[in-house]
This record gives sequence, C-alpha cells and structure tokens, in this order.
Amino acid sequence: MVRRLMIERLRGREGDGVAVRMVGVAKAFGPVQAVDGLDLEVPVGTCVGLLGPNGAGKSTTMKLLTAQALADRGQIEVLGYRLPAQSKSARAGMGVVPQLDNLDATLTVRQNLIVFSYLYRIPRAQRRAAVARALEIANLADRRDARVDTLSGGMRRRLLIARALVHRPRLVLMDEPTVGLDPQVRQEIWALIDALRTEGISILMSTHYIEEAERLADTVTIMSHGRAVASGPPAQLVAAHAGREAIEVYGPPARLAEVEREAALAGVRSRRTGTSVTLLGLDGANGRVPDGERRAANLEDVFVLLTGEEIA
Amino acid sequence: MPAADAPRRDGVVRLGRLERPALAGVLVREIINFSSYWRSTTFSSTVEPTIYLLAFGFGFGSLVARVQGRDYVEFVGTGTVATAILFSSVFATMFGTFVKREYQRTYDAILAAPVDPEELVTGEVLWVAVRAGVYGCAPLLVALAFGLDPSWGMLTIPLIGFAAGFGWAAFGVLISATLRSIDNFSYVTSTVITPVFLVAGTYFPLDGLPAWAQVAGRFNPLYHCVQLVRHAAFGWEGWVDLGHLGALLCFGAVMWRVAIWRTTLRLVA
Repeated sequence: MVRRLMIERLRGREGDGVAVRMVGVAKAFGPVQAVDGLDLEVPVGTCVGLLGPNGAGKSTTMKLLTAQALADRGQIEVLGYRLPAQSKSARAGMGVVPQLDNLDATLTVRQNLIVFSYLYRIPRAQRRAAVARALEIANLADRRDARVDTLSGGMRRRLLIARALVHRPRLVLMDEPTVGLDPQVRQEIWALIDALRTEGISILMSTHYIEEAERLADTVTIMSHGRAVASGPPAQLVAAHAGREAIEVYGPPARLAEVEREAALAGVRSRRTGTSVTLLGLDGANGRVPDGERRAANLEDVFVLLTGEEIA
Repeated sequence: MPAADAPRRDGVVRLGRLERPALAGVLVREIINFSSYWRSTTFSSTVEPTIYLLAFGFGFGSLVARVQGRDYVEFVGTGTVATAILFSSVFATMFGTFVKREYQRTYDAILAAPVDPEELVTGEVLWVAVRAGVYGCAPLLVALAFGLDPSWGMLTIPLIGFAAGFGWAAFGVLISATLRSIDNFSYVTSTVITPVFLVAGTYFPLDGLPAWAQVAGRFNPLYHCVQLVRHAAFGWEGWVDLGHLGALLCFGAVMWRVAIWRTTLRLVA
C-alpha cells in the first residue's frame, strides 16, 4: 500500500510514469557496435534487470544514461529529462552504483559519504542526517571512521551502494552490483536492493547472473549484441519462450552427441552445458524426446533459445 | 520523496554551466583527500626547494657574488619560489588527474553526479592553484632565513603563485588528458618542464643567453612568474609588471579552456 502511494506520487513527477526511456539508441566505439538500436523502458517504481553476457552492451547502456557516452542515434529520456542536453538535471535525481569500485580508499567510510553529500548538493542543514542515513543503509554505522582500504569486499560494495543513495535518488542505476562477491555477501546485497524496490525507487540493474535477475527484477530485458531481444516479467518470459520444463540428460560425450541428434530429429532445441545436454522448447516437439531429469525452465534457457548464446 | 538538491519548482530542475555547488563538490573532495596526504606533499614541497636553494645558493653563490645588482642568494631565492610554484602545480595535476581518471576511476563517480567535465577540471585546477600559492611561500621563508630582506610586496606572492599555478595546473591536466600512458609523461618532463624551469631566469639571468633563447624565454610563462616574484620582493616596475601579470592570466585562460576540451574528449565518448 505504502509502495503504491509512493509510486503514485512519483508518477506525478515523471509525467508519464517512465523513469528511463530509450528508443532506437545506437552507440559505436570505433568498429565496435556496442549498442545497436536498443529500446528500453523502466516504469517508475519498478526494478528492471538488464540481462546479457559480457559484451552485450550493458555497461555502455549505463554510460549512455549518465551521458558519459553519447548516443550516435536514438532518443534517451531519464526522469523526464532529454539526454544529453539535460543530463545534469537527470543526474541530480539519480544514483549510480558502478561495476568497478571507485571509492576513495584512503578516506574513511564517513568521509566518502560526506564528499558525495556535497557532490549531490544536499543542503547544509540536511547533510549530517543524510550521511547518517546512508551509514544505516550500508550497515556500516559502527565502521564509520574506518578507512575504506581496511573494509572487506562486501562492506565496500555496501558503501558503494549507500554512496549512490545519499541524496535520496528517484532512480538508481546498478552495473553488475554483485559481480565478484561470494554467495553470502551477494544475498546481503540482494536484500539491500530489494529494500530499495520496496521503497518505490526505480532501479535499472545490469547483471549476467540469472538468479539475480529472477529474484530482483519486475521486468527483465534480455540483451544480446547491443539490442533487446525480449522483455517482460521473468516468469512470463520463461513461459512464453522456454515453456514450463527443460530436460537435462547426463552421460558420456558419445551419448550426449547422440542425444543432440535425437533432439534435432524431434524438433527440440538443445544446448551442451559441460557434462549434460539441456533440451528446451519441449512444447514444440514432434517426435520422441530423449529422457532425462526434468526441471523447471529458467531465464537462462530463454536466453539460449533467443540468442543461441550462453550468458555466463 | 524529492531529491535533496537544487530548489525545484513543479519538479523540474534546470542546471547551468560552471555552477558553484558543483565546483564546491569537487573542491570538498580534494580538500578531504588532502587531509590524508598533506604531510608527504608538504614535506616534498618544502624540502625540495630548500635543497635547490642551498645547492645553488652556496654552490653558485661562491662563484657569483652578485647578479643583476643583487646578492646571488636573493636572486636564486626568488627564482626558487617560481620553481616551487611550477613543480607543485604541474606535477600534481599531470599525475593526479591521470591516476584518478585511469586507475581509481574517481572521475566516473564524480561525473555520475550533477558535475560536468568543465566543472571537474575547473575545480581541480583551482585547488591545485591555491596549493601552489601556498607552497610557493615555502622557499621564500627559507630565503628569508638565509638573509633575503622582507618587504611588503612579498605578501602578493601567494596571489602570483595562484595565477601562475592555475596555468601550470591546467597545463598538467591537458598533458594528462592527451597522453595515452603515464610512462610518456617523461617526454613532457624532459622536453617541456626542464627547459621551462631552467630558461626562465630562475637560477641564472636570461641576458647571458643567446638572443634566440632570450626571445624564447619571453614566451615562457614561468619567466613572467619569476619576474613578478622578483619585483614583489625588490620593488614593482609598474606597467612592466602588469604586462607580466597579463601574460600569466592569458596563459592560464588558454590552458584552462584547452584542458577542459581535451578532458571532455577523454571522459565523454
């Protein structure tokens, strides 16, 4: 209920209820076409996951949204501002969590937050409270005077996120927020992101972890070679493209090759994943499908079906 | 839940160029960082010119008693002030901005905030210029201890240091934004910085040099800085000094804009 109300209020501010809109955006770096006709929307108050393998154009998309990269063509609108002309105003209302840690390592936790309270123009009277609030978010209140280079990887990542929230942004961009973290720390970060979502903050998050997208994103946009190949709520994408189930067949390499031939004959898509062959798109089968372990289809299957590539 | 930034009417913010809050943000970051490394920077900025002063003062001083009608220690003492201004500005930005941009990725974080490359460069250059104004006084104090007579004009030396330091800091930013690798900095150091600090009338007067070098020296911004520092210490020369000041300000203005241009090309693709 609270979330609904907040979203209603935010809608009023953004006009048409869209925090990020990209239409036909393209960007090349020399011969590399990093983004190639991308359409993307982040409705206000939702979390959109940008899922794709390394090199799909996710980081470039993030850079385009802060105007650190300038599009060759297409339209970009962030928080109702046209980019790149009004990007500075847009940046004032959003927070960015970069993939690479760029905290000031020789400063303390608190000093890092103070610096950003100035960069994001928080009025003097509110600075102290803003920093205290960010410390709470990062769960680092008791480490406030510790130098950043003495923190663990997980603490640094939490601080990196809190730093992006110090000015209460309406939109948060997160570029691979949990890359390189161990599973337990990843869970912590997920809880933090989920809390933001509950507050009604719009989030655009790039990731190449299927589970991360499935858990956190209201909508997932699957990216490949710089464009969106599919978009929708995770469960809906899976149902629409991969069906309900997939079959994993295990065996020696010779058997796996045979399974792949049988699958092709039966009109079923298959993919080799190390020790097994995964059979996908079972609904379209028109012959005998090899038997194996049945499991629920997932986003990774969708991705493979749509692009023929692996994600991770 | 409005973002706590500039005042907004009906939810729309229009932000302009070179805004004070953006410059303040960049400066605060520098000042807070400075609190973690000021000891080493202050140490080298004080000890280095002192060594130059002692080496040249005693070494040359035993060969040359007087230069341009003054004790050599007075001549070299004021020259070292200009050297300190040059070194504390140009190297700070050459290396500092390169490391922040390429290794620490600090600029990615700053530019994600409502700060433009123009403001980023301006803030950093202003800060280094202030430092140059302060560090330029270190050799002056040493020279005073070694017998330079104090004068009221010396009080303007921090301002001269600021003006000259601004130009050299912007030059350092320009080099950092133009060169691909930090290893290439040594080319600039040996072909630009070294001649600049020697052929400026810092340790020996220009009048003894061949005519072409004297002319070249006039185009050396550090020469104008040296002249201003000397005149601040020994007596102003009216229009001549306004000319020197004008040269420094022109140098600063041109370097500032070019540094912004090159940095923007490097940061925004």
